[in-house]
Amino acid sequence: MANHAPAQPTHAGEIPKPNVGWIWKTFFVLVGITALEFVFVFLMDAGTLRNSIFIILTIFKAFFIVAEFMHLKHETKGLIWSIMIPMALLIWLLVALVTEGNAIHNALY
Amino acid sequence: MSTISTTQVISDSALDKPRTGTWDGGNEPFNASYGKLMMWFFLLSDAFTFAAFLTTYGLIRHRYAAYDPAVNGAFHFSTKWWPIPDKVFNAFPGLHGSDVPLGFVALMTMILIFSSVTMVLAVEAGHRMDKKDVQKWLLWTILFGATFLSSQAWEWSHFIHGTEEGTVMNDGTVFHGANLAMNQYGPVLFADLFFFITGFHGTHVFSGVCLLVYCFIATTNGTFEKRGHYEMVEKIGLYWHFVDLVWVFVFTFFYLV
Repeated sequence: MANHAPAQPTHAGEIPKPNVGWIWKTFFVLVGITALEFVFVFLMDAGTLRNSIFIILTIFKAFFIVAEFMHLKHETKGLIWSIMIPMALLIWLLVALVTEGNAIHNALY
Repeated sequence: MSTISTTQVISDSALDKPRTGTWDGGNEPFNASYGKLMMWFFLLSDAFTFAAFLTTYGLIRHRYAAYDPAVNGAFHFSTKWWPIPDKVFNAFPGLHGSDVPLGFVALMTMILIFSSVTMVLAVEAGHRMDKKDVQKWLLWTILFGATFLSSQAWEWSHFIHGTEEGTVMNDGTVFHGANLAMNQYGPVLFADLFFFITGFHGTHVFSGVCLLVYCFIATTNGTFEKRGHYEMVEKIGLYWHFVDLVWVFVFTFFYLV
């Protein structure tokens, strides 16, 4: 992406102008999603649907932080996959243990 | 009889030069520097630790009964069911006694997102070799990080001391606040998980602030300028964004869901 390119070589002592538009854009996306989460907290009753909305919005936020702020989107494919595949396995762990928790609950009550 | 030497003769002058060949260490895997790559893999392992915490939270929360307004009546704290987060975290400094559900957590989240932005701005300034801007944005990041830590200290203090009403425990006595063995909000494990998850995250923020202070001192001394690049700011930036990322998940799974 052009706006992530390293600064153009300049004459010694000359500092290029900051290029920060994309940073503030990402910031407003993150603030917007957080605000949206609060709208759902107050306007919607708790339940599976609301929780799913929260989780999807969280993944959106995570995407913007990792891809833009941590610059992962602009790394090589190999690095992207070596980070993403282990993380994807954690979703499996989460689903497995929440199911386990439900099973313990059903056995107790 | 002639011998064929299989070992390559390397002249002394060649040893002084950096290695550039594919198989002798001249290549950077994934086109990322050693330091950045290792920071990524450290963060991956750290993500496993936090995932273990949050997964444990998920298991334990589902193991307990959820509060059901139809059966349990108006919401009150009880060890019989998992508390609703907006009823636990509804205090705001200076607004004693008023109900501000998740207000303070929202403020803390904003502070941390803002600190992430000032961190990227510092990294961006580093790319331009702009020492003054790096210093400026690092200072802002340290300020927001310290503010977040202070907010968390306040939140912990409030959580530990509890509300004036407290909760009547099983033996008939009233208990206020929380410790690792007892709490007024719900099952014992609720407070334990609060202390461990937010505590472990807070420790990370604290380490991050220490690293940023080091970065600021090194920038001011001109260490990075002499080195020719501000990669250290970038690496510590990766760590700092990760801490923000973890908070995004803690915020959802501990406070919203």
